[in-house]
Amino acid sequence: MRYHVLHTTEYHYSQPVQTARHLLHLVPRPVPWQMLERQALRIDPEPTTRAHGIDMFGNPADRIEFAASHDHLHVESEQTLTLAPRPWLATPIDGPAWEKVRDALDYRATALGEAIAGAQHMRFESPGVRVKRELEDYAAPSFVAGRPVIDAARDLMRRIHTEFRYDPEATRVGTSVLEVLEMKRGVCQDFAHLMIGCLRSLGLAARYVSGYLRTDPPPGQPRLTGSDASHAWVALFVPELGWIELDPTNDCLADENHLVLAWGRDFGDVSPIRGVIQGGGEHTLKVGVTVTPVELGK
Amino acid sequence: MPHKLLSLYVRPTGRYDEMLAGAEQLRPHWRSLFEALDASTPDQMRARQAFVTERIRENGTTYNVYADPHGADRPWTLDPLPFILPADEWTHIEAAVAQRADLLDRVLADLYGPQHLIRSGALPAALVYGHNGFLWPCQGTQPPSGHFLHVYAADLARSPDGRWWVIADRTQGPSGAGYALENRLIVSRLFPELFRDLRVHHLADFFRHVQDSLARWAPVDRGEAPFIVLLTPGPYNETYFEHSYLARYLGFPLVEGQDLTVRGDAVYLKTLGGLRRVHVILRRLDDDYADPLELRGESSLGVPGLVEAARAGRVLVANALGSGVLESAGLLAFLPKLAERLLGEPLAMPAVASWWCGEAPALDYVVEHLAELVIKPAYPSQRMQPVFGRDLDARGRAHWTERLRHRPHAYIGQELVQLSQAPAMPYAGSSTLERRLVARAIGVRVYAVVTPEGWRVMPGGLTRVSGSGDVDILSMQRGGSSKDTWVLSEAPVSQFSLLKGALGAGDIVRAGPEIASRSAENLFWLGRYGERVENSARLLRFACDRLNEEGESASAAARSGATALGAAAGDLFDEPGVLATAVGYCERFGLLPPEEDRSVARRLVEGALDENAPGSLAATLRRAVWAATQVRDRLSIDHWHSLNRLHDILRRQRLDGGAPSDIATLLSTLDRVLLACVSLSGFAMDEMMRDSGWRFLILGRRIERLQCRSRIVAHFLEACGGQPAGVDALLELADCAEAYRQRYLRTPDVLPTLDLVVFDTDNPHAVAFQTDMLLRYLESLQRDLAASGAAEGEADYGISAFRDAVGTLNAFSLHELELALPDGTAAMQRCANCAGCSELARILHIVHDGSATLSNRIAERFFTHVRPAARILSA
Repeated sequence: MRYHVLHTTEYHYSQPVQTARHLLHLVPRPVPWQMLERQALRIDPEPTTRAHGIDMFGNPADRIEFAASHDHLHVESEQTLTLAPRPWLATPIDGPAWEKVRDALDYRATALGEAIAGAQHMRFESPGVRVKRELEDYAAPSFVAGRPVIDAARDLMRRIHTEFRYDPEATRVGTSVLEVLEMKRGVCQDFAHLMIGCLRSLGLAARYVSGYLRTDPPPGQPRLTGSDASHAWVALFVPELGWIELDPTNDCLADENHLVLAWGRDFGDVSPIRGVIQGGGEHTLKVGVTVTPVELGK
Repeated sequence: MPHKLLSLYVRPTGRYDEMLAGAEQLRPHWRSLFEALDASTPDQMRARQAFVTERIRENGTTYNVYADPHGADRPWTLDPLPFILPADEWTHIEAAVAQRADLLDRVLADLYGPQHLIRSGALPAALVYGHNGFLWPCQGTQPPSGHFLHVYAADLARSPDGRWWVIADRTQGPSGAGYALENRLIVSRLFPELFRDLRVHHLADFFRHVQDSLARWAPVDRGEAPFIVLLTPGPYNETYFEHSYLARYLGFPLVEGQDLTVRGDAVYLKTLGGLRRVHVILRRLDDDYADPLELRGESSLGVPGLVEAARAGRVLVANALGSGVLESAGLLAFLPKLAERLLGEPLAMPAVASWWCGEAPALDYVVEHLAELVIKPAYPSQRMQPVFGRDLDARGRAHWTERLRHRPHAYIGQELVQLSQAPAMPYAGSSTLERRLVARAIGVRVYAVVTPEGWRVMPGGLTRVSGSGDVDILSMQRGGSSKDTWVLSEAPVSQFSLLKGALGAGDIVRAGPEIASRSAENLFWLGRYGERVENSARLLRFACDRLNEEGESASAAARSGATALGAAAGDLFDEPGVLATAVGYCERFGLLPPEEDRSVARRLVEGALDENAPGSLAATLRRAVWAATQVRDRLSIDHWHSLNRLHDILRRQRLDGGAPSDIATLLSTLDRVLLACVSLSGFAMDEMMRDSGWRFLILGRRIERLQCRSRIVAHFLEACGGQPAGVDALLELADCAEAYRQRYLRTPDVLPTLDLVVFDTDNPHAVAFQTDMLLRYLESLQRDLAASGAAEGEADYGISAFRDAVGTLNAFSLHELELALPDGTAAMQRCANCAGCSELARILHIVHDGSATLSNRIAERFFTHVRPAARILSA
C-alpha cells in the first residue's frame, strides 16, 4: 500500500512564549517493510536552532529551540510511503510456549545474542508503564501454562478489546496503567500501555509503537481532512521471529494499515511533540492527521 | 573496679570495639583523647557539649529541614568526641576507596557507552534497565572530562573481625562532605591541642582538588575562564544547608534550575548583567529531575535542554546525568568480577556479602538462609524498608519466600552487618553522666574526587552514629548523630585552608553584575525585611514603654489608637493620648492585630510574636530569614549568625508563653532584638563586598528605611505634632533621640527636630540621607550594568520620577516654615499644624510613594524574568 500522510499540530498561546524547546518524533523510522519516498517537516515560526538526529532507540528525532518571543507554533509533517506486508505475517505461527520466551530472556551470566540483548531494553518498568502484580493477574487467564506466546498475546489483546471501552474523555496523557485497568476505559495509548505492562509483568519484552492507522470513511462519504489520529500499538518480542505487532485497540495484528513512526519503552519516549515553554499563558492545541491511500506510481 | 569514664560503656560480644582492645585496654590511637577526657572536670565536659550545641544552633546547621517559613527546624546532631583512625589503617581505606571509585566510573562509562558488560553477561540487564536511575536519554553521552563520576562516597563499616567493608556506594551526588567540614570546624576547636599534637589530616586539600579538577576539565572556549556553579534543588531539600555551605566554601555560585537556561547547546546563568556561560555544573539535584524536556517530565526543578547540552559536550555535569544507576545493592554481588575484568585486580575492600535473587542459585541460597539475611530492594524505586529475616515468623518467611520467587530480580539478600562501636558522650541534659562514655554503633562515609592525576580521597569523612547502643541503623532521620572523623598522620599535615576569614574579608564571592537575578531579588528583600524588623521592633518598644509607664488603666483610653489620633488635633494635651499615639503609630504600620476584644497588651504581644499575623514583627522576621536562606551562600557565617540570633530571641520568648501581662519581659526582648538588628545592619553596611548583589541588599534597606521615616514624619505632622510627647516620639521612632541630645543639649523643639529627622544629610536616619544614598546607588548600579553591556540606554525604572520628588523635598525651606508660623509658636515645642506642616507632609507622601514605585520598577526590571515557570506540552 502507498500512503500520503499529513500530520499538523497547532499551538496558540494567549500570551507570548519567551523561550521554548521541543523534541519531535514525527519522521518515520526506517523499517524493512516501509519505504519512505518523501518527507517534509515544516515549522512556523522558524526555530532559532534546529537539529535532526537519531534518539537512543534509533528513532529519527528533531530538536528545535525558540529563543525569541512567539505566540504560536505550527508543525506540519508530510510523508509519502509505501508499505509491504510484515514478514512475520506471511506464515501464521503461534510461537514457542510463553515460558520458554520468558526464560530465554532471563539472566544466566553468559553472553547475550544481539536480538536478546536488544529485547532487554523493553523488558522492565519504564516511566510510563509500571510493572505490577495486578497486571500479571489480569494477564494470567490468557497465559496458561505452555500456551504458545503469540496465541496467548492475541488472547490478551482480544480480552482488552472486549472488556475495555474506547473513551477519549476517560484518560489524560499521564493516566497510569493501573487507573486504566480500574476504569476499563481509555484510548489507544492506554490500551497499549496496559498490554505492555501485562506482558512485562510476565517477564516478556514488549515495546510501544507510535504511528498512524489508515481508516476508511463510511461508504459513499468523502475522506475528511484531519479526521484521523495518531495511533499506538504494541510489539512483543519472540526469539527467532522478532517483534510481533499487536493492536489491542482494534484487536488485530498490525498490517499494511499500520504506519510506523517510532518505538520506545512507552509513550514518553516517542511522543510526537514534546516541549517545555516559558511563559505563554493559556494555550489551545489542534492536531490533525490525514492518512490517504494513493495509487502506486502517482 | 571499672574506670569511671567506662562505667556505662558496654562491650557486647560479636562487635568490634574501636577504642578498646580488651577490657580497659585502650588501643594506642585513642589514648590521648581518653586521657584528655579523663583529666577533664564535669564542667569542662559540660562546656564542650554546650559549645557544640551552641555552634550548631548559631550556624543554623540543619538536616532534613524544610527551611520554609513554617518548617520545624531540625538541628544537625554532632557528638563532641571524634572518631579516630590510625595512619596505617587509613592507607588501606584510602587505596580501597580510590580503587572502587575508579571501577564504578568505568562501569558507568560502559553502561552509557557500548554496554559490553551487559552483552557479555557480566552484569544483568535487569539491574541496569530495571533501575529507574538508568537514564536512556543519556545513552551515548561522552562527558568532556572523560569521567562520569567526579565525586564518589562509600559507606564503610567494620565487621567484628576488624576488617572494613563497603556497605553502600553513593554515585548520584554524595551528600555529607559539607557536614564533615562543619563537624571538623567545631570539634577541632573543642580539642585544639589534641588536634594539633595528633597531627590530624586537614580536609581542605580535598576541596581544592574538587575546585581544580572541575576547572581543569571545564569545556571552555578560547579565552574563557571556567565558570562553575553548584546546582541545588532549593531550600526545600533536606541537605540544602550543605549545598549553601559548600557553595560558599568552594566559591561556586549556588543556583537552582530556574537560574539556568540552555541556548543552543550551551548552558547559561541568568544574571543581572545578562546571560553568562556556565561550563561546569556540580550537581546536587537528582539527575532524573535535571531536564524536564528529556527526563522526568513533571519536574520544574531542572533545566530544559540540559541533556542536550551535556550530549554536545558543552557543559560538564558532575556527576554525569545517569550516574545514580549504580546506587543499587544488587550491584555489590557483581563488583568483584567486574574489578578483575576492568582493572585486572581484585577488589581491595570487600562489600558486605550480597546475593541478587535474579540468579537462580542465589535465589535458592537466600530462601534457604532467609533467617540470617536482610532483604533489600534491588531498585530505589521500590521504596521498601529492609526486612530482617531474623524478625520473621513462619508465616512471614513463607510470605517472603513467595515474594522472592515471584519477582526475584527485584530483591537482594544481604548479610547482617554488625557495626563496630565507638565511644560517645551521653546526650546533654543527663547531668549526672558528664564523666561517662557510652558505646554507639558507627559507620563512616568516605569521599573521593577524581583529578587528572587520579582519585583523591578525603582524609576524614562523615562518621554516622546510631541512636542507641545496640542498633545497627545509621540514619540522621531516625535519631542518629554524627562525629568528626580524625585520620592521624605520621608526617606533618597540610595546613591549607579554603575557609574565608569570618570577618571583613568579604561575603560575596564574585564582583560585578554576575549575580543570579534570583539571588539579587532575595538580597533586595532581605534588605527590606531586615530594615522592617528593626522599624517594627522600635515601634513596638515605644508602645510597650508607654504602656509600662502608664499602666493598663491608661490603656482603656488608648484602646483604639486610631480614634485617639483622629481626635488629636482638637485634643492636643490629653495625656493618655501618649499611649494612644504610640498604638496609633503601630497601627499605621499594620503591626497590630485588630482590636476586637483584645487588650492593648495582648495586641502588642501578638504584634511582636504571632508569626501568623501578617504584619507582625515575627512574621516579618520570618520573611527575612526565608530570603536569607535562599542566598545563604552569599552571606558570611557571622552575618548568618546574627540573623539566627534574632530568630532565636523571638522563638524563645514565644516558647516562654508570651503572657500579655508580662510587658516588661517583652520590652527586654525587644531591646535584645534591636541590639541584634544593629549587628545585622552592620553586616549589611560594612561587611560585604560592594558588588551588585550588595547594592540590591542596600537598595532594599534604604527604600524600606525611607518609607518608614517619611511615613512617621508625615504622620507626626498630620496628627500628633501638637503633643509635646509627639516630638519625643518622633525622635525615638526615627532613632534620632540621642543625636538630638548631643547636638542641642535641651528638650526638643519642633523645627530642629524636623531638620534632624528630615533634612540632615549627615544623619544616617534622616529622610534626606536615604534619598541621597538611594540616588547614588542607583547611579552606580546603572553604571555597572552599562559597563557589562547589559543596560539598555533608556533604562530608567522610575529613577527620574523619584529624583523629581526628592528635588521638591530638598527645596522645602524650614526658614519659610518658621516665618509662616504664627508669632511665638516657633519657640514652642509644638507644631502649629499650619499650612506649612501640611505641605511638608504632602511632600513626604510623594517621596514615600515615589520610593514604592521605584521598588516595583526595580522588581520589574531585574527580577521578573525569574518568574515564568516552565510548562510541559505534549501532543
